[in-house]
Amino acid sequence: MEFAESFVELNGCRTHLRRAGKGKPLLFLHGASGAPVIMPFMRTLAESFDVLVTEHPGYGRSGEPEWLENIHDVAYFYLDFLKHLDLSEVVLVGSSMGGWMAAEIAVRDTSRLKSVVLVGPAGLSAPGVLPADIFLMPPEDMVRALFVDQKLAEARLAEPVTPESIDAALKNRHTTARLAWEPRLHDPHLAKWLHRIDVPVTIVWGEQDAILPVGLAAEWRRHLPKARVEIIPRCGHLPHAETPDLFCDIVRKCR
Amino acid sequence: MQVVLFHLMPYADLDIEAGRKAGTVWVKLPNKHFDPVKGHKLYNRYLDELEYAEELGFDAVGVNEHHQTAYGLMPSPIVTASALARKTKKVKIAILGSALPLRSHPLTVAEEHAMIDVISGGRLISGFVRGIGAEYHTFGVNPTFSHDRFHEAHDLIVRAWTEEGPFPFQGRHYNVQYVNLWPRPFQKPHPPIWIPSQGSKETIDWAADPKRRYTYLQTFSPAKVVERYLKMYRDTCSGYGYTASDSQLGWAVPVYVGETDESARREAKEHFEVFRNVFVKMPLEMLLPPGYTSRESLKNVMKAKAQMFGDVSIEQAIELGLFVCGSPQTVLNSFRKYWDAMRFGNLLVLCQFATLPADLTRRNMELFAREVMPALKQLS
Repeated sequence: MEFAESFVELNGCRTHLRRAGKGKPLLFLHGASGAPVIMPFMRTLAESFDVLVTEHPGYGRSGEPEWLENIHDVAYFYLDFLKHLDLSEVVLVGSSMGGWMAAEIAVRDTSRLKSVVLVGPAGLSAPGVLPADIFLMPPEDMVRALFVDQKLAEARLAEPVTPESIDAALKNRHTTARLAWEPRLHDPHLAKWLHRIDVPVTIVWGEQDAILPVGLAAEWRRHLPKARVEIIPRCGHLPHAETPDLFCDIVRKCR
Repeated sequence: MQVVLFHLMPYADLDIEAGRKAGTVWVKLPNKHFDPVKGHKLYNRYLDELEYAEELGFDAVGVNEHHQTAYGLMPSPIVTASALARKTKKVKIAILGSALPLRSHPLTVAEEHAMIDVISGGRLISGFVRGIGAEYHTFGVNPTFSHDRFHEAHDLIVRAWTEEGPFPFQGRHYNVQYVNLWPRPFQKPHPPIWIPSQGSKETIDWAADPKRRYTYLQTFSPAKVVERYLKMYRDTCSGYGYTASDSQLGWAVPVYVGETDESARREAKEHFEVFRNVFVKMPLEMLLPPGYTSRESLKNVMKAKAQMFGDVSIEQAIELGLFVCGSPQTVLNSFRKYWDAMRFGNLLVLCQFATLPADLTRRNMELFAREVMPALKQLS
């Protein structure tokens, strides 16, 4: 399945969008390392959904607007984005940083959402559960820590390094720091308003997530008691990359 | 030329092997390695050395700020500068500098510097820095806002020093209804401001601006790099339409003077190499967190990584002009040669580094002060 590539001009930000498939819209919000390429799970989901994959403002090929200062700016941007494309009944899927964005969007307005899928999301903190220090880890250790299956890490490390990929990595890292350096990878005010999310929420977590430990899932469950929680065994921080079939089955149930 | 004795106050009693094994003495080296009893002796020894500098005829003594590291035991240079303000009588006291973005409120810097300036009768030189990359890890302050916070904090401090209070300050990061500094600084319009830097175009553009004309100090860099950045500063001033005075330029460099070239190298070798290869060392991710520098500068550092992050021997360091070491004549000749090329009006010498013990430090200071400094002071 071919993804159509375009740029959406919105709020002074040229936003990179790839789109394919038929069905209810599904917007995938990527994590800290961006969404440089179309991944297998995106193609699989495009058989059941109208899949939209963006690069967030400040990431990859998208612009770096001056207004981008915190996670709330991203949430309001995406609410405008949904309106701009006139999307409704959207399945909003976010991984890691993208999961945090999805929650920040949903506490503000669910009128265009069908359901929310949070995949190893950042956004909450829990006493005694510390995320990995992603800003101090050497890049190679970081890639290894993403996966339980080290063959997947090897494959990612073997990908060619180009001047463009270096620029994108530095840009992504910069924006992640801007949004998540302090408080580290969470918004202390988010938990207060999670009860406002009035569409079904599914939380997916790799049982051996070495970036955001699975212990955080309990904190999300505490604030979202009706959410479905799927803990995936022998899986790390990126269930959509490490266990794509299982992940796509879970997402298809969220239609 | 104005000559400053600069001190870092390192934890000289560090278990060096522990530092080497940890890969860095910054951020994560466990503080069980700090012994307060040894620390007590070190602080007092180092303050004695700074006070001795006045007796030896240095123009100024300099202290600086670093956090959670064995590299330097001055998380607050205010404390050491305060002690010096009372113990010394003539020498200028340079804080090089206070790390503005790390403070939750810049008015505390304005107040503390003003106090020291008033107590010392106008002997303060104020330095402002952003703090090094590692300190954004230790403090949790967001490095992508580092420049913004620095500039805004600076504006608030200078206005607090110079404008009649109370007045309101409306910023993006700091908002104060009543800026009304008690005490106001002793010097008019305010203490001189120096900007220590490892070299960055953004900093030079800002410091050289005709509204500011702040003294720019290049710290611990190979002489060629110092020369490049000091030239960039002069060119920037020309671009602004004025000629930089030599007093707007400074170089901070470790120095060791011995009886002969051979004995100087022999005495300094172990201590300098521990300084360069243990105390200074840290991984790239720690040194340059995102946003601390422009991404272009970050890429340049990544390219030069092997050279910057590898070990350097004392011989290589002398060759590079990263360290000035030798007999009094050799050291004087080196500085004359560097001065001819760069015309820096301020020289900051680090006469104690890493594990260099008290007796060698004192002799180094004495030989430098008696046999090198008088001729340097004549340069202009």
